[in-house]
Amino acid sequence: MTTRASIRFLRKGQIVELFHVPPNAMVLDYLRLEERARGAKEGCNEGDCGACTVALGSLRNGKLVYEPVNACILLVGQLDGKELVTVDDLADGGVLHPVQQALVDTHGSQCGFCTPGFVMSLFTLYSQGGAPTRDEIATHIAGNLCRCTGYRPIIDAGLAACGGTPVDRWAREAKQAAKQLAALDDRSDVFVGTPESFIARPAMPETLARLAAEHPDATIVSGATDVGLWITKQMRALPKIILTGGVKELHAVEAARTQVTLGAAATYAEATPALSAIDPDIAEVLRRLGSTQVRASGTVGGNIANGSPIGDMPPMLIALGATLTLRHGDSERSLPLEDFFIAYGKQDRKPGELVWRIDVPKLRANETFRAYKISKRFDQDISAVMAAFRFALDGRKVSSARIAFGGMAATPRRGACAEAALQGTPLDQPGSWDAAIAALARDFQPISDMRASAAYRIEVAQGLLRKALMEVAGTSATRVLGDRKAVA
Amino acid sequence: MAGRRMIGTKTVGRTLAHDSAELHVQGAAAFIDDLREPEGLVHVYPGFAGDGALGRITTVDLSAVLAAPGVIRVLTAKDVPGLNDCAPVFGGDPILADGRIMFHGQVIFAVVAATRGAARRAARLARIGIAAETPAVTVEDALAAKTIDVGEPYRFLRGDPAKRIAAAKHSVSESFRIGGQEHFYLEGQASLAVPEEHDAVTVHCSTQHPSEVQHIVAHMLHVPAALVTVECRRMGGAFGGKESQAAQWACLAALAARLTGRPAKCRLDRDEDMMLTGKRHDFRVDYRAGFDAKGRVSAVEVDFLARCGCSADLSNAICDRTMFHADNAYFYPAARIATRRLRTNTVSNTAFRGFGGPQGMLFAERLMEVIAIRTGQDPLDVRKANLYGVKGSVTPYGMKVADNIAPGIIAELEKSSGYRARRLKIARFNARNPVLKKGISLTPVKFGISFTLTHLNQAGALVHVYTDGSVHLNHGGTEMGQGLYTKVAQVVAEEFGISAAAVRITATTTGKVPNTSATAASSGADLNGMAARAAASTIKNRLIDFAARQWKAPKSRIRFEDGRVLIGNRAIAFGELARQAHIARVPLSSTGYYATPKIHWDRARGKGRPFFYFAYGAACSEVTIDTLTGELKVERVDILHDAGRSLNPGLDIGQVEGGFVQGMGWLTTEELVFDDQGRLRTHAPSTYKIPCASDVPADFRVKLFESPGNREDTIHRSKAVGEPPLMLGISVWTAIFDAVASLKPGAVPRLDAPATPEAILRAVKGMTA
Repeated sequence: MTTRASIRFLRKGQIVELFHVPPNAMVLDYLRLEERARGAKEGCNEGDCGACTVALGSLRNGKLVYEPVNACILLVGQLDGKELVTVDDLADGGVLHPVQQALVDTHGSQCGFCTPGFVMSLFTLYSQGGAPTRDEIATHIAGNLCRCTGYRPIIDAGLAACGGTPVDRWAREAKQAAKQLAALDDRSDVFVGTPESFIARPAMPETLARLAAEHPDATIVSGATDVGLWITKQMRALPKIILTGGVKELHAVEAARTQVTLGAAATYAEATPALSAIDPDIAEVLRRLGSTQVRASGTVGGNIANGSPIGDMPPMLIALGATLTLRHGDSERSLPLEDFFIAYGKQDRKPGELVWRIDVPKLRANETFRAYKISKRFDQDISAVMAAFRFALDGRKVSSARIAFGGMAATPRRGACAEAALQGTPLDQPGSWDAAIAALARDFQPISDMRASAAYRIEVAQGLLRKALMEVAGTSATRVLGDRKAVA
Repeated sequence: MAGRRMIGTKTVGRTLAHDSAELHVQGAAAFIDDLREPEGLVHVYPGFAGDGALGRITTVDLSAVLAAPGVIRVLTAKDVPGLNDCAPVFGGDPILADGRIMFHGQVIFAVVAATRGAARRAARLARIGIAAETPAVTVEDALAAKTIDVGEPYRFLRGDPAKRIAAAKHSVSESFRIGGQEHFYLEGQASLAVPEEHDAVTVHCSTQHPSEVQHIVAHMLHVPAALVTVECRRMGGAFGGKESQAAQWACLAALAARLTGRPAKCRLDRDEDMMLTGKRHDFRVDYRAGFDAKGRVSAVEVDFLARCGCSADLSNAICDRTMFHADNAYFYPAARIATRRLRTNTVSNTAFRGFGGPQGMLFAERLMEVIAIRTGQDPLDVRKANLYGVKGSVTPYGMKVADNIAPGIIAELEKSSGYRARRLKIARFNARNPVLKKGISLTPVKFGISFTLTHLNQAGALVHVYTDGSVHLNHGGTEMGQGLYTKVAQVVAEEFGISAAAVRITATTTGKVPNTSATAASSGADLNGMAARAAASTIKNRLIDFAARQWKAPKSRIRFEDGRVLIGNRAIAFGELARQAHIARVPLSSTGYYATPKIHWDRARGKGRPFFYFAYGAACSEVTIDTLTGELKVERVDILHDAGRSLNPGLDIGQVEGGFVQGMGWLTTEELVFDDQGRLRTHAPSTYKIPCASDVPADFRVKLFESPGNREDTIHRSKAVGEPPLMLGISVWTAIFDAVASLKPGAVPRLDAPATPEAILRAVKGMTA
């Protein structure tokens, strides 16, 4: 086992090795203030507008993959072992990259401030090859805001440029880059700084667990899509950062016959195929969760560990009956996910303990699942209410139900009264549903905030339970968006 | 070639890419924060009280700020050598609060530090005490607290509307709310001030109004305007939010530069930008109207209660424009159109694309929907029955609508959108579906073009021709993404018969063209295009005179085309002519000037012709709503918009589409939430939701109206296109209204704007309750 006291990444074909990395240094500041590369723009400084989008190249099962990320909330330490590509790099000897040229041709820029971010998002889409549809492009760029164009020309640019096999410089030099990235992957435990102030990116699971136990005051960071804002917005000094992303084992996503197991550092992007296979509603929520950038960085484990009452994953995982495993040093313990959330800002995680693994049961033959995300805007918005239902059916009756909501209480929580009231409810007598629907008002006393009023939250929660039952009973055309498709 | 001859121009009227497009896509177009930083740069960041919206400042303890790492000094009101006010017209906007604060987030001090991070961190360390009083946050608060209006109430009156409403067969009386809107320009407010000798300063500022920033900085520093130069190459979006709102940050940068002798930059973080700068005005609209069985309006009485925030800013002109557009495209035989300009203890609301017009029009379009419900007709038929030209052509403010093409545009869009057939299909869908309901709406736009403050309708330009024939262009208009620089370059290129690429476009600066108006009111191309053409034409005429002398050719046989000058049977390169003209001592530089003709406005009487002409358009939107959740999907949008004889159809389509989506956002997902303490709770894109790519309907059919050209003599007979398309977005809101209305025939939905899922569900419940 080796230790390395530097952050190394690939940039324009060269290895960059940084020995002095302040733990809270952000990639956007590194680019704009250190490199003086000013292509990536700061629009919001919280990972919501995408103007700072850059591409990270990494090897996934030996294949070089480029993903868009928000540089404003990405720690420099997270670059370790990756290739960093920015808008400044794209034009090749004075010739625009195909996505750049397409944006010029379609009048895809007006003020031009968001444009570098769109270029980089489309660059990552281009690099995947294939022919994305209009909807797929819109989903891919949902994390890039434009206030001028109305997006139509940008989507058209995506359609024009992302039509086939990539032929750009990155495609031509993919083998070389893959070789360089493979060489960077030395399985070293990275530790830059002093015991009092450091950024660490262990490669070995044991090192991660030991380090966290030794530094219970350290901030554990997976994707930094939340912690990044503690730094950029609250301007908190976080002297000790331990990154989980370097541990390959923690990225594992295993789909077994009866359950899906996720390592705590698996990103949404990595977890999406296996989770989406459980139910198409999960796929649709994941499509809308955050943005492509957020899903490339953020993790399901992080969404649980931060204990947010408005995270989208916990209600779905609770409804499915997921089990959480935590690790402290060498010892592990497991608990039902809903028991992890104790109160607002308080989780059942001891100092130095790590969220380690999530086991998600698949649906049994007699079970059906529904999930709904309610927000002011469909894409890249935090839910006002997140609802998830798992019904066990006995013929045309609901024999039992697991109901979980986000945005309805100080933690993601189950609706026990509604669950009880649903037992034995016939699907074919909508009048019999009312007791369970009414019971939600006993289960939850939500608050009013800038996303929704308490009254709306209750009304919509009740509406969603009715909708779920209507759908299970066979009513069609119940959604303005995301009608259920066949399970892939 | 034939097509070119038909339009009669070679460069004007062509779709050319935005002049900076290739730089944009490479991230190489420099915004203020991208400019190479001058040596010795310091950073300035504003500080404010964490709590409190209104009250006396009791303590300002900046010791922790001064002790923080990297801090060089702080700035407070007492450091301002001149006038401590950055208001555009009426005063009342302190650069640094002195004694009292009037809204949450008002700047009390600023930190000057070696890095921006150090300045931002230190700004949070202040200990500020406010003897907090209860703020007036809403329209109702302002009415109850009897705050002093930021401007006098104002009204247009025609006939005796009260009497006619009483006599009408049908009448309606209701009240509804229209929300404000955050600009959310992607580039936040930013200024970089560089001190120069003799106390002069150059400020690089992201602003729509360099001249005003120049004047405010000069007054603040107590120096003549000639010592202040303000320059802006481009903005990363503005939408009205950098008309008056850019000055404060320019002042802080300039003040820091003066006091430290070093270049100083002030760039706001997004949250502060949203909390500390003004937004679109929100309104409560109380109205009554009378109409007959066919839905023809006989009289309207409407009171627009505007929430102006803590100071006048531009609220008076904005509220005037609300009144000018309360008719939209409809004739009101009798009308009382009134506004109150209410003062609240919130950030001072300001210009935003449409400048009050959208709120006036939303009222008019809601009225049409309500009349249709009450008379059992299709809303489109009600609209047609009330259009100007059917019963009358004079607006409530006495201007004749002489260029009315709304009926033609509506008829064409009705047909091309398949409105009638889709209306039937939607009725069948709604009858069948218990959960989802659809709605459709076709609404027109008629928008008055000119600043309603007449003297602002002037512009200047400066054109140089160098001896190699290259052309340097400068004018008073600013580039915020709309493509103004490209359009004006096309105009100049046309004049000289050269390609637009041969015209060097340069940054707007008060040092070249002085005393300019804001690039606002959609006026950019109309005014600056004319001024630049005048400048180019002066030089061209000198060249023609010279060529006629030199080669003894009649002037009628001298033409400029394709980079050459044809002089009788001779052809020489444009550059060669310039070189020879210079040797013959012919001046190759000229200013140009333009003042809009025909307009006049007597505000005291409420009569005149405030607008040179009207721009028109229409949109047809179809939506689906979910009656269990209030969720909304915009399914299809058809737009037909009038840009006159377009200077650049590619750029104009961009304005139409972008304007529509921004208007749709204003009325759907974009919700500003203030708490009862007057604090804005939606001050970041995580909580304030502008449309994203998937909100734009996949079926989005946008066309420019085939226009014979503006009937007024505008630049190449084009029409202004900056603001009008925003109001095409109203069709989405009225379509939602229509969908909700389908739940109970004859009942009027209680729907406010924005129509968030919560607002829609509330309206749905109101129908079924």
